Amino acid sequence: MKNVTSLLAAAFAGVLLAAAPARAATLKVVATTQDLEALAKEVGGDKIETDSLAKGYQDPHQVEPKPSFILKLNKADLLIVVGRELEIGWLPPLINQARNPKIQAGADRYLDASQFAHILEIPTGQITRAMGDVHPQGNPHYWLSPENGRKIAQGIQKKLSEIDPGDAAYYSQRYADFDRRLGEAEKRWNAAMAPYKGVKIVTYHRSWPNFVETYGLNVVGYVEPKPGIPPSPSHSLELTQEMKKDNVKIIVIEPYFDAKTPQAIGRETGAQVVTLAPSVGGAKGAPVNDYISLFDYDVKTLVAAFQAAGVK
Amino acid sequence: MVQIFRFVRPSLLAVTALAVSSSAFAQTGAASPQDVAALKAQVEQLQKQIEALQQQIVALQAAAPAAPAMPAAAPPGAAAAQPAGQPPAGTTAQVPTGAAGAGGPEGQLPVYGNTSALSKIFNPDMAVIGNFIGAAGKNDVDPMPALRLDEAEMSFQAIVDPYARADFFLSASPDGFEIEEGFITFPTLPGGVLMKVGKMKAQFGKVNTMHSHVLPWVDEPLPMRNLLGGDEGLNDSGISVSKLILNPVMFLEATGEVYNGDNDVFKSYKRSDLGYVARLRGYRDISEALNLDVGTSFAYGHNDAGPEFTTRLYGIDATLRYRPLQQALYKKAMIRTEWFWSHREQSAVPVSAFGGYVSAEYQLTRRLFGGGRFDTSERATDASLKDTSASALLTYWPSEFSQVRGQYRYTRYAEGPNANEFLFQFLFSIGAHGAHVF
Repeated sequence: MKNVTSLLAAAFAGVLLAAAPARAATLKVVATTQDLEALAKEVGGDKIETDSLAKGYQDPHQVEPKPSFILKLNKADLLIVVGRELEIGWLPPLINQARNPKIQAGADRYLDASQFAHILEIPTGQITRAMGDVHPQGNPHYWLSPENGRKIAQGIQKKLSEIDPGDAAYYSQRYADFDRRLGEAEKRWNAAMAPYKGVKIVTYHRSWPNFVETYGLNVVGYVEPKPGIPPSPSHSLELTQEMKKDNVKIIVIEPYFDAKTPQAIGRETGAQVVTLAPSVGGAKGAPVNDYISLFDYDVKTLVAAFQAAGVK
Repeated sequence: MVQIFRFVRPSLLAVTALAVSSSAFAQTGAASPQDVAALKAQVEQLQKQIEALQQQIVALQAAAPAAPAMPAAAPPGAAAAQPAGQPPAGTTAQVPTGAAGAGGPEGQLPVYGNTSALSKIFNPDMAVIGNFIGAAGKNDVDPMPALRLDEAEMSFQAIVDPYARADFFLSASPDGFEIEEGFITFPTLPGGVLMKVGKMKAQFGKVNTMHSHVLPWVDEPLPMRNLLGGDEGLNDSGISVSKLILNPVMFLEATGEVYNGDNDVFKSYKRSDLGYVARLRGYRDISEALNLDVGTSFAYGHNDAGPEFTTRLYGIDATLRYRPLQQALYKKAMIRTEWFWSHREQSAVPVSAFGGYVSAEYQLTRRLFGGGRFDTSERATDASLKDTSASALLTYWPSEFSQVRGQYRYTRYAEGPNANEFLFQFLFSIGAHGAHVF
């Protein structure tokens, strides 16, 4: 028995002492979402390797902390997170097990993108879970306004320049180029959305406050009775009456929610259900592969829906 | 400052009210000229008092420019209107004049004991999870109470310093109050090593590492009870070290643990009677939606049969999970199986006992889960006694913070009459409970 034990102990000691793998020269940037990955790519170009954990068509609140993510984090030189407790249900145990001191919360290579963004819906006063799954630090779906995208890209540019000062000029030039392209695109989006200022819509989840603020849309209700709480018949009935009263013609949903309830409400009210991409990579069969094409897709889809519904 | 205003404002109101009512009284004409003169004198005196108070207010306002016009009764939204990051009104006090110049703190000081959370910002995340279990039907061998709050688990979790985090799980149950787990984790050690020190659930298989509220069943499978010591399982004070074995094929993690050697399976008679646990875990994504998680575990220690007797435990486990990312809210399926071998010395002839379970879970709708489980296990002290059981389960999730579960369980005990039972469970969680590992 003694022999077996010492043999096992020796085997494990050997395994535990195995050397850490050598790091590659390019910076490995891991973002928790595809949006942040896309913004990092804009700035980092071919000087960085990027990866992301949650997919754009996945509910970012409901990601499983798979061990394969631990491997990604283990090799990361920089971790970019959405923050505002969006990833609270899955990221902390992953970081904890990553065996990577650099990217621990609060460490130098842990970048919370929300610090650069304009955050909406920061709850005031007493909050309780009776309000559903509220985010005490504000709405974490903040990447859906071009201005926030610009600021996050700038924040990433500064961080990359800090880590890799030799390529600072490259990152700065990449950011300037992104800023210019985004500015041009914004003119396009603003022009397309201009006729629909003040149009009343309903959304499934509170994923769109920054988007609707940018384009002056008016969200008058949600399919969810409370954030994170599935639709209920009584709430759907109430919402239907409100939509009829307000003549709401558009229900915006995310690709990861069941469309049954919104479609039933749509049939009742004559409203059209539109699935927008909440994130880069979040559109079915459409190449929404970067930050600008995300807005291109959403604006185009929404305008087409407004026109089909005869709004204005 | 605020307190003075609180005093001043009501006194002003009272004075004004008195003055108004006095003059109204005078106008009714029922009073004599002497009364009127007396009242006039009173009113004049009050006016002087008001003026004096007003001067005091002006002086106070001038003395405290940092807190301009702090309202005595702040409107409900006032704190909200302040930019994030600034403490809301009422949670701080002014540093006394002179303290700043004397090298003391400047500006605002927190008022401890205040209702605001700001002074408590470094408090750990706290949560309490209630686990209420009920049982109906017949079980003569191992009966559970009809109704009981089986456990209230309290968790306290926070980052200790830049190098460590700590997790405490305290369990209050009808059997007593105990430290279920309490350990410090060092996630920033060199060499890619993750170390935990404290009292913790040993990394032996899957169910042994889980708290009762995350189990997909009301009860624990029979082999946990018969071979791994039941509720508590392998849970002891010790040191755990684990490391990733990086390779291009899969996630591979090796864990080695040393324990005091005292728990429901092992018993330590002297300091050198330590308990040892080792585990190798492999994981691989088969596709985006499908993944396989396998592991093998070993544990060794002395047992309660006597100082010269030891127990060796071997385990294997496998979990196949399916959860399509886009429908993650609605579709989930999991099959899990674990098998244990116990080799227990207790007399001249050691006992080799074997047991395991197979469990399946399937998500029916967003809030409803169905499941089934089959267990079979010999007993660690007498392998000729074998218990077998089968269960069917239904779980409803009103939200991610509460669950209601029903379990029909049929058990064939080695020594006695078969049991037919219906178990039910209410799980409810308040506070901030840290996310669980996969």
